[in-house]
Amino acid sequence: MIAALLVMVGLAVVIGLALGWSAVRFKVEGNPLAEKIDAILPQTQCGQCGFPGCRPYAEAIARGEADINQCPPGGEEGVKKLAELLGVEPKPLDETHGTPKPKSVAFIDENLCIGCTLCIQACPVDAIVGAAKQMHTVIASECTGCELCVPPCPVDCISMVPVAEDLPHWKFKHPLVMMKQVGGARG
Amino acid sequence: MTRVLHRFKGGVHLPDHKAESNGRPIHAAPVPRQLVIPLRQHIGNPARPVVEVGQQVLKGQIIAEADGYISAAVHASSSGTVTAIGPALVPHVSGLPDDCITIETDGRDAWIDHAPIDYQALAPADLRMRLRDMGLAGLGGAVFPSAVKLDPGAHACPTLIVNGGECEPWITCDDLLMRTRADEILQGVRVMRHLLGSTEILVGIEDNKPEAIAAMQAAAAGFDFAVEVIAVPTIYPAGGAKQMIETLTGRQVPSGKLSTDIGIQVFNVGTAYALARAVFHGEPLISRLVTVTGHVLRPQNFEVLIGTPMQRLIDLAGDRDGATGVLMGGPMMGMPMPSSEVPVVKATNCILVKSDALFPPLPAMLPCIRCTRCADVCPAELQPQELFRFAKAGDFGRAQEYHLFDCIECGCCSYVCPSHIPLVDYYRYAKSEIWAREREKRAADLARARHEFRLFRLEREKKEKAEKLAAKAQAKRAELAAEAAAPGATGEADAKKALIAAALARAQAKKAEVAPKNIDQLPPDKQREIEEIEARRAKIRELARQPLETDETKP
Amino acid sequence: MPAPFVIDHSSVTQVMAWVLVALLPGIAAHVWLFGPGILVTLALATVTAVVAEAAMLKARGYPVRPFLTDLSAIVTAWLLALCLPSLAPWWLIVTGTLFAIVVAKHLYGGLGQNVFNPAMVGYAVLLISFPVQMTSWPGPLALTGTPLSLADSAAIIFGGAPKAVLDAVTMATPLDTLRTGLLQQHTVDEIMTQPIFGHVGGAGFEWLAGAFLAGGLVLWALRIISWRVPLAFLAGVWLAAGFLHFFDAGRYGAPWFHLFAPSVMLGAFFIATDPVSGSTTPLGKLIFGFGAGVLTIIIRTWGGYPDGVAFAVLLMNVAVPLIDQYTQPRIYGGAPGREKGSSR
Repeated sequence: MIAALLVMVGLAVVIGLALGWSAVRFKVEGNPLAEKIDAILPQTQCGQCGFPGCRPYAEAIARGEADINQCPPGGEEGVKKLAELLGVEPKPLDETHGTPKPKSVAFIDENLCIGCTLCIQACPVDAIVGAAKQMHTVIASECTGCELCVPPCPVDCISMVPVAEDLPHWKFKHPLVMMKQVGGARG
Repeated sequence: MTRVLHRFKGGVHLPDHKAESNGRPIHAAPVPRQLVIPLRQHIGNPARPVVEVGQQVLKGQIIAEADGYISAAVHASSSGTVTAIGPALVPHVSGLPDDCITIETDGRDAWIDHAPIDYQALAPADLRMRLRDMGLAGLGGAVFPSAVKLDPGAHACPTLIVNGGECEPWITCDDLLMRTRADEILQGVRVMRHLLGSTEILVGIEDNKPEAIAAMQAAAAGFDFAVEVIAVPTIYPAGGAKQMIETLTGRQVPSGKLSTDIGIQVFNVGTAYALARAVFHGEPLISRLVTVTGHVLRPQNFEVLIGTPMQRLIDLAGDRDGATGVLMGGPMMGMPMPSSEVPVVKATNCILVKSDALFPPLPAMLPCIRCTRCADVCPAELQPQELFRFAKAGDFGRAQEYHLFDCIECGCCSYVCPSHIPLVDYYRYAKSEIWAREREKRAADLARARHEFRLFRLEREKKEKAEKLAAKAQAKRAELAAEAAAPGATGEADAKKALIAAALARAQAKKAEVAPKNIDQLPPDKQREIEEIEARRAKIRELARQPLETDETKP
Repeated sequence: MPAPFVIDHSSVTQVMAWVLVALLPGIAAHVWLFGPGILVTLALATVTAVVAEAAMLKARGYPVRPFLTDLSAIVTAWLLALCLPSLAPWWLIVTGTLFAIVVAKHLYGGLGQNVFNPAMVGYAVLLISFPVQMTSWPGPLALTGTPLSLADSAAIIFGGAPKAVLDAVTMATPLDTLRTGLLQQHTVDEIMTQPIFGHVGGAGFEWLAGAFLAGGLVLWALRIISWRVPLAFLAGVWLAAGFLHFFDAGRYGAPWFHLFAPSVMLGAFFIATDPVSGSTTPLGKLIFGFGAGVLTIIIRTWGGYPDGVAFAVLLMNVAVPLIDQYTQPRIYGGAPGREKGSSR
């Protein structure tokens, strides 16, 4: 009886030590799940999900504190990918956080801009250049289309311009879509 | 002709429809009234315009220069006035406009001064830059800048293959070029050989072009270097670069590598000819041979200025009623044009006018029955039925695992499919989705990096500010401590008191400073008025305070 | 739509039509050897299949015409009918065909989507559910000596027949005879002396097998089927049977006998070559065919039923995704056919 107890206690101690040692030895810096979720999020940094950026939202999902359908820029496809990663059922986007829009970039009407720098401070990816009392402009290639610069502008000189499809970015459509366009074969 | 030829896997035998257009001699198409010259005619960066609207240009004058290493210049195909620089309809399947330079021709067709290049005197790198500025790009269809391909780099290219395959049905421009200009093609090969250091030169021509083979062999006999002109079996796509390499040498280009990795470089006969014109005549690439065939009265080949609207050529060949569209290229790999008014570009080898009689609409698509006829004919030796399954399901990752990007889009699979599935369309769709996703991913990575840097920057600025304030306070304290220490040792409390006193004094001084200056010298009535207002204010303040106090004193 | 704008003149209809044509020698042999009953069975199965196909297409919201005219339902019906005893009652034929078309084909997603060979699913269901009816084969005319007219056959199929009449025309098939004989501890040589056995296979049955072989060779000559599946199938049967026969000729039938049981020829050239439920890679086709051949002999020898082709094919159908995944051929340029985690 005593021997059995001792064996069990000894085992518990050994295993506990091993676990403790490996926890220290193989400690993973950061949260790998949040990392993976963050890789799926579109990095718009728009905050529509209710968190101050994509990374905090990813961490909240990883902690189970946020749902996977709060990211309008990611769209249904983003939800599907998150569901796949987390092994849960995909669900429709939560409309209270907004609806997906076509990809747009901010455009500053430089005739109206008074150089107040408020938009520069609002931009989460530093995609607006300019200085106090100087005209500002958006670096279109860096703009994520988050719209965070629009409300702070005191003179409403920022508008969101949808990105037009140009030749280098043109995509071949799904063949069934193309068939419908030319009114051809069965769709 | 003792060379042992090799048979690449797959391929299909097609009705070749070459006789329609290869019986007529080459005609030079007249200079059109307007030339629309796209800046993106080659793979790589589009050319950068160097002319302005309203500027007079001469034939052969550079109007847009190469932008970077993988790029090529663009030239005025005839003399005239630049009337527009900006988006115009280009020969692309999307129908989207792209940047072009429009020239209103003056009819003089006046050349700019040009002279042959002494290619042997130039350093190879300089010669290549000259060729890049001559606008040379591969005329077989891929339009890769030739200057880049003529740089052997770290590889030696002992074997140079000149591709006269032209395996697509209907197209005969390379056939006619070889029949009539074999000598100049080999002159171009001479320059290629010089740049690449090739020791073995093979010219592969499909055996359905006996006249071209004879002409090339006759020309080759007159050269001081050995050129082997080889007839290869006619089977589509024998003219594909990888297929031509395997047929002639028995070697395969490793997946994901270039032919130069195995010491072989391939050029189209048209490119060799253009190179000869550039080097021995100083003429940049401003024209090319174009087959106009299909549903036209007189199918034939034209020597066409780059930028000529396709409809002008269709008119020359005899427009007919009942046309159902225009293809650039052949029926297997050609692309439908958004309009017949789009210009001829460096990649335009054929203008194929469709009609319902020649190209009946394809029957309705049925499900794949996995018969694997597509796999039997695939020259890339892929499993097209699996790629189709993955592309259709949107499983692009799996499609890549099964080597989607080794597909050369030759169309053999679609041709034989008994279910009439447009397989190549599915592959193009999948490829373009994958590219788009990679672009999105890069954009997201960039946004993430920029966002993280911004957070870091804000944090750093906050810290710097705090540090600055702390340092300032520290300095002040030290100063006061020194002051206090001088008259006599006082405690820490005294130092603090002194600090507060000093701050108070500073504040008072500041207040006095900012006291409104406009009330200094007022007439007495105004002064009285102000005093009354002040009194009223004090009273209101008093009143306002009272209920608050009563509220507070309530039990 | 972009290129290609030309196609050669093949179609699913054409493929299926050739399969039907290639079955004709077998059907002719069937009529000649066993009487015209098979024609009634074929007709009934065809009508059932077409009606079921049309109804299912309609129910699933597909256009009926292009799918009905692809003839795939008729191919399924004929293959099933040729596996049934030619005087099987009408409800057996209808049930089997319905199950093949409705469940095995359409509930799995229709043409091109079925995991299992529909005809073999129908056959397996019937064999498990109605073993008595499924094994009442009419004997070869040469042995029974009672040729039934078309009308008589139809009467038996639709109206049933008194047991005495049926007993007069049906007899155990060679495979049945062999099996029963072996269970009674007879040796193969003893069993083979019975009149039901012919030169290499069963009397008459071997000619039927020959006719299927001829039809199959036509399909191969036209490149409708690849040589890989049938050859591997026959090799599997021959080697497995030969292996057993070599070690104990008294207890295991000769390889030629197994090869010329008609179901093997029908299975090798017409059933295992069904592209939808078979393997697609060259090596996969060999494995698929060989596996089905070996399984056929294993089931015939140790299984609960005298014949094993249907179950062998169905079992190999299950393995197809796995076979395909691991037998992807190398591509042009030498890369292995399937690359895990490759990305550009």
